[in-house]
Order: sequence, then structure tokens, then C-alpha cells
Amino acid sequence: MHPSDLKPEHFNGYPPEAKKLVTDYLSSLQRLPLSFLPSLLREVIEYDFKFPAERRALQKELANLHSLSPDQARDWLQGFAEIHLSSQLEHFDWINAPAQFVEQLSSYLWTTHQLDAFRTAALAYADRLRAVTPPEKPPIPRLGITVIGQGVAAHDEPLFRRLRAHGAYFSGVKPENGLELLLTTVAARANAHSEPYAHWYIDGGQAAAHNPALTCVSYHALEPVRAALSAKIRAEIERPGMGPENLRTVLAQLRPADLGLAKSSDPVLDRFQVKMLTEGSGTQIFSTTFAQWTAREALRRAQPLTMLVRFAPRQRQKPMNEMLSASHEVAELDPLGSLIDADMGAYYNWLNLQRLSGAEQSSFLVWFEGHNEAIAIGPSLPRGTVSNSATGLEQLLTWAS
Amino acid sequence: MSSYFSPQNAKHRDRRAAAGASAPQELARQLAWNRREFIRSAAGVALAGSLLPSSLIARTGISIGKRKVVVITFGGGARDQETFAPEGQENIPHLMHELIPQSAFFTQVVNRGILGHYVATASLATGVYETINNFASLPPEHPTVFEYFRKDLKRPASDAWVVAPSNGFNRIGESNHRSYGPGLGARVILPKHLLSAATSGNTDYAHLLRDNYETPFYTPELGGGEFELQQMGNLLKLSVDDFKAHALTLSSPDELSVYIVRQLMRQVAPSLLWITMHDIDIAHAGAYSLYIDGIRRTDRLCADIWKTIQSEPEYAGKTTLFILPDFGRDSDDDSGGNGFQHHRTGDALSRTTWMMALGAGVREGVVFDRPLESTDLVPTLGSMLGFSTALAQGKPIPELS
Repeated sequence: MHPSDLKPEHFNGYPPEAKKLVTDYLSSLQRLPLSFLPSLLREVIEYDFKFPAERRALQKELANLHSLSPDQARDWLQGFAEIHLSSQLEHFDWINAPAQFVEQLSSYLWTTHQLDAFRTAALAYADRLRAVTPPEKPPIPRLGITVIGQGVAAHDEPLFRRLRAHGAYFSGVKPENGLELLLTTVAARANAHSEPYAHWYIDGGQAAAHNPALTCVSYHALEPVRAALSAKIRAEIERPGMGPENLRTVLAQLRPADLGLAKSSDPVLDRFQVKMLTEGSGTQIFSTTFAQWTAREALRRAQPLTMLVRFAPRQRQKPMNEMLSASHEVAELDPLGSLIDADMGAYYNWLNLQRLSGAEQSSFLVWFEGHNEAIAIGPSLPRGTVSNSATGLEQLLTWAS
Repeated sequence: MSSYFSPQNAKHRDRRAAAGASAPQELARQLAWNRREFIRSAAGVALAGSLLPSSLIARTGISIGKRKVVVITFGGGARDQETFAPEGQENIPHLMHELIPQSAFFTQVVNRGILGHYVATASLATGVYETINNFASLPPEHPTVFEYFRKDLKRPASDAWVVAPSNGFNRIGESNHRSYGPGLGARVILPKHLLSAATSGNTDYAHLLRDNYETPFYTPELGGGEFELQQMGNLLKLSVDDFKAHALTLSSPDELSVYIVRQLMRQVAPSLLWITMHDIDIAHAGAYSLYIDGIRRTDRLCADIWKTIQSEPEYAGKTTLFILPDFGRDSDDDSGGNGFQHHRTGDALSRTTWMMALGAGVREGVVFDRPLESTDLVPTLGSMLGFSTALAQGKPIPELS
């Protein structure tokens, strides 16, 4: 089917709010190239389960497309229109399965050497869109906090190597009640600037006691979901003809109820958590990967004002000879390896915070849990400096803001 | 900002990356320049100012018929900042201090093909950017270097071998090209597959035998003429019990591959030997410490193979060793990716790699920073060993031909 043939009834399978949105803008969608439209529909079909920031961005984008004259629309989307598609893609059910279409499109672009052309078109479009619908400014400067090294008594390698040039390193941090203090800080921000999904606490292990105003995701709490997912995967790969691409499609279609998540009062967060496990790579196996990927996706999608990420020890990757010994012991933890993972994860958290609006005013703190080391980055803190003075975490947050 | 060019499908980059990537070739040149300077400063090698083609036979005094070539793919994908950049050199001490001073180093090898490990390795082996499905058990569409070598030089099957880590590589030895193909390719050993057969498919080893770090739950069916367990005793002079016992002392699949390589060099001494490393690709699981462990192990194993080449009478003094990655990994700056974890964006960092050549006929301690393509390897091998590579797209590298 060609986009120009779209009719409202084609979207009967969409969730209610998504259906209304797409129907409102149908005339705009009808003039979009097929290399572009399913990528947009992939977002629209999830509209009912999107965070507020995503919803607003999608509405603005559709409104912008609607406002373009025919000539302007051609100009904006020319790069996409020049992408050649296969007849197989053209006949795909891209209305009801846009994500699967995009998977196949991605593969097709690689094999036909059109990926660079598509990237150029996507980049040009994103730049133009950003110019006419600039990202929303945050009502208060954003704050990111990452806590690393849980369970590590001592380490040899210097920490925060990638971040030191951007902020101030402190080696005399007072660790007493550190996590509690940080959670109190983020809770205070949540109470003072109450917005849905604006203040997050992500824990790679078991979440500490926290204020219910925070949106909380923890690896430990998802253990039953992870077990259910593993069972599903094992069952799927036994099926004849199942390959990696088919498996990815099956995983992408899993919903919270399929993995035993009972109906909760927050279907948006449930859907988000399931996506972290079904779409993330390594998130099912390693808690450090789960914490990093979840933070990345929460920052990208929810664009929060506050985010506290606490890494916990992941399971140890057994060397080959241990696997061959066929031990059935419970997986050990690898605190030192997890510290290295989390140190890199902290850097990625900072990079992803920097990609949001208001980055120049945002603050960032990384603390080696239970120890004296931290790095703070903020508009008023000198870069590349070192302090050995005894300092409280609260003071660091004040300086960084 | 448009939100639907998702990171998983790598269609969108942020503004900072876009500004820097306005000319991908410029970025690639910058990467190569950095690599050259890093190597010059750390390894004390000289920059070759001009092309210095010379006859290999004149340089070595070894007749074509007696020459041997070993190719190692430094897989699967490592970035500059974890290898040749100043902060990464601690991870590759053997390459930096033992191998590079003895090698001709090419700073800029660009892969313009599909960045999946099987298809990229197939492209390296055919000299053509292959477009086969990365996750299917399919042979390359164009003749492999093994077929050119064997057909042109009338070499027996025992003279060309591939040792590869995963079942997905079982078709790498020969193409389905009508003028070459069945019966003319390399013998392929999949050490993990052998181990599976030796242990009678005991499910306790399922985790070890998982095939592909990108799709860790999936193991494709084997097809084609891979090396079978019962041939191990006849050809490699290795009993199944000895093989299993030795596997119990090894920490990774690549160590197992190198163990098999040593047996192969001692017992069969093929003239064309291709080894594909894969441990580094654990990066897909998102654990940075395991990715670094993989780089350090691969660095050590490359040096071990070079020592074996120098110590085995059939190889010493008449062998040229090539070491090159199949491609890199995504940049931290590209918001479409997730840094080191994947190779999905197709950015300059993930496409630009390096190659070192050392041994017979190679000038030692020189750096060449003109651009090459990864498809140039096969014509270069043809030129060195005296066979035609008529259907390859690349060109012989004059400095090595």
C-alpha cells in the first residue's frame, strides 16, 4: 500500500489515543514517503504508552508536518523520497507492524548500500525539525547523580578518568549516610517540582527506601519478569525456523502481561520496563548493563529533571574452563568488574544528560559508594581540578548547581 | 527533536556529531592521523613518506611456492580509545611494544560494507563487499581468497584453512560462485563446535557454546563441509580426550581457537591460514570490563601466534602475518548508538580500522597513513602469493605487493 491510499479505518488496530492522533493528521501522513512514514508510525502506535515529553514532541512534529505546503514537504523529505525500496517492503503491513518494517528497512538499507543516504536524510530532517520545534527548556536545571562501586572495598585503577577534565574531583568526601542523603535530595526536588516521570531513581540491585514521588525502576524487582522472559526465549528458540531476526520480532511484541506483570496503576512504566528487557542487549544478563541502558532510555525518552542511578554488582562472567566444569552453583558476583562497568556507565549517563536541553546549566555528580571519592560537574565548578579537603555530598551538590 | 530514529536502528545522530561528521572522509582521516601519531610516539616507528613498492621475492629471497600467509581478524571490533589512543594503549601492550615495531602499519583501513561480523569477514575474504544475511548460514557470493589460491596454484585442500569461533562462520571457506565454489575452498574448523561434539552436546555447556554475542540466545544450524570431530585424530594428531582436557585449562573460545591453530601449524602447516577472533564482541552484552578483558586477551593471543610462526620450522622466515579488525565500534559521540556496545551506526569510527603486516617481505617499523579499503586485502594476498583475484573489487597494496 502507498501512503496516499491511507484511510482512517486502516488504523482500527491502534490504541485509542494513537488512533485519534493519526486520524487527526491523516492528510499529512498521506504525502510522506514510504521510507519515512513507518518510522513515524512506529512512534505513533506507542503513543498511549509514551512519556509526556515524548507525547509533546510527537504532537509538535505532526503539527509541523501538517503546516508544510506541498512544496515544503517535498523539500523537507526529498532525501527520503530518493531511497529505493524493494517490492517486498512496499507490500509489507507497515501500518500495523511499523517496528518490524523498520527492522527490515534497516537491513535493506545496509545490503543496498543506502544507509549513508538515509542517515544524511534523517540528519537533515532532524536538524530542520529541531530548528522549528526547539526542545523544551527545563523549568529547573537538571541534576544527574550516579552511584558506583557498591560492594567494592578497594580498587587499584583511578576512577572517573573520562569525566575529570569536565569537573572537580574530590578525594575527601564524607561517605556517612551518603545514599540516604542523595535520595533525600532527589525526593526534595520531586516534591518541589512535581511532574509525571520527571524524577527517577534507577537501581541495578535492590532499591533502597525512597520517596514514592520518584519513578523507580530496579533490577531486583524485575527478577520474576526476567525469569519469565528467559523461559519465553528458551521456548521460542526451540521452534522450527526461529532465527535471530524472528526472535527479535517476537520479543518486541511482548507486553507486560505476557511476562507476568500484573495490571498496575502505571501501564506506561510497565511498558517501559519490559522494553528495557526485550529491546536492550545484555540487560537480561548483567545488572550493570540494565542500569546503564535504562538510564539512557529514560533520559532520551522521559527527559527528566532529576535522575539518580545506582549501580550494583553484576553476576560474574565465568571463564570457559569453569563453564566446562559444569558447576551448578549460584552465579557469583563480580564487584570489581562491575565498578569498571559502572565507571563507564557514569560517563555515558553524563553524555546522555548533556544531550538534553539546558545542558549548560545541568549538574552531575558521581560518587564511589561508601568511599571518599566523587566527581562533581556543574556550571559553577572549575574543570579539571582536584580537592583533597573533607567535604560532604550535600556540599558537592550545592557547588555543582 | 525527532525521536523516532531510534538508537537500535541507528538512523539519527546528535547535532555535535553531525557537525563533526559533515565530511565522513575527513573524520576518517582525522582518526588515521591520530592513530599514526599515537603509534609514532609510543612505539617509536617511522612514517613512510611515499609508496615504496618492491618485489617481495627480491626482499625475501623466498620463492612464491614456499611462502606462507597467516591472517588474523582482531575481532569483533575494537575502538581507538580502547586500543591505539593514549588512554587505550595499556590494553594492547603486545601489539604496541612487540609487534608494531616489527610491522608495516596501515592507519586507515575503511570498511564501506555491512558491519556484521560474518558478512564483514566474508567481505575481507572475498575482496568484495558481500551483502549476504549476517545471521544466516550462507556462503559468500563471490570467490574467496582460498578458492583463488587453490584453483590458480593447484593447491590441495590441506593447504588453506580457516579457524573461526562460531557456527555462523561455517560457510566462510568457499563461495557459491559458479566458477569456483564447492571443492575449491578452505577447510573450516569451528573449535567450539568440536568441543560441543566432544562433549556430546551436554546442555551444561549451552552458555559456552552460544554462538553470537549479538544474538546470544541463538545458535544456527550447521551446514557445509566443516571439519568433523573424527578427523581431529587423523589430521591434528589430537585425541578427543586430550582436546577436552586442554579445553579445561583455557579461559575463552579464542584461546581454544589458538590452541587448534598451533596444532594445525605443527601437523598440517597450511600455506594460507585464516584465524577469526571473536572474544571482544562480548561488548554487545554492555559490560565494559569484559570488553576490555577481550581486547587484552586478543592482544596476547596475537603475540602468541606470532611467536609460534617464528618458532615453527615450516613457518619461520617465510611467513607474512596480517592482523586487522573486521571493523570498529560506535563512537561515544553518536547519540544513535550506545558507545562501545554495538556497531550499528555506520559512523566513521566504526568503519575506520587499521592493519599491520609483519614477517617475510615486509618493511619493519613503518607507518602508512594513506586510505585503504578492507577489500584490498585479497588482491594483496594474491599479489604476494602469485594468484589471480580477478573478481575482487579491491586493489593490491603496493607497499606489500
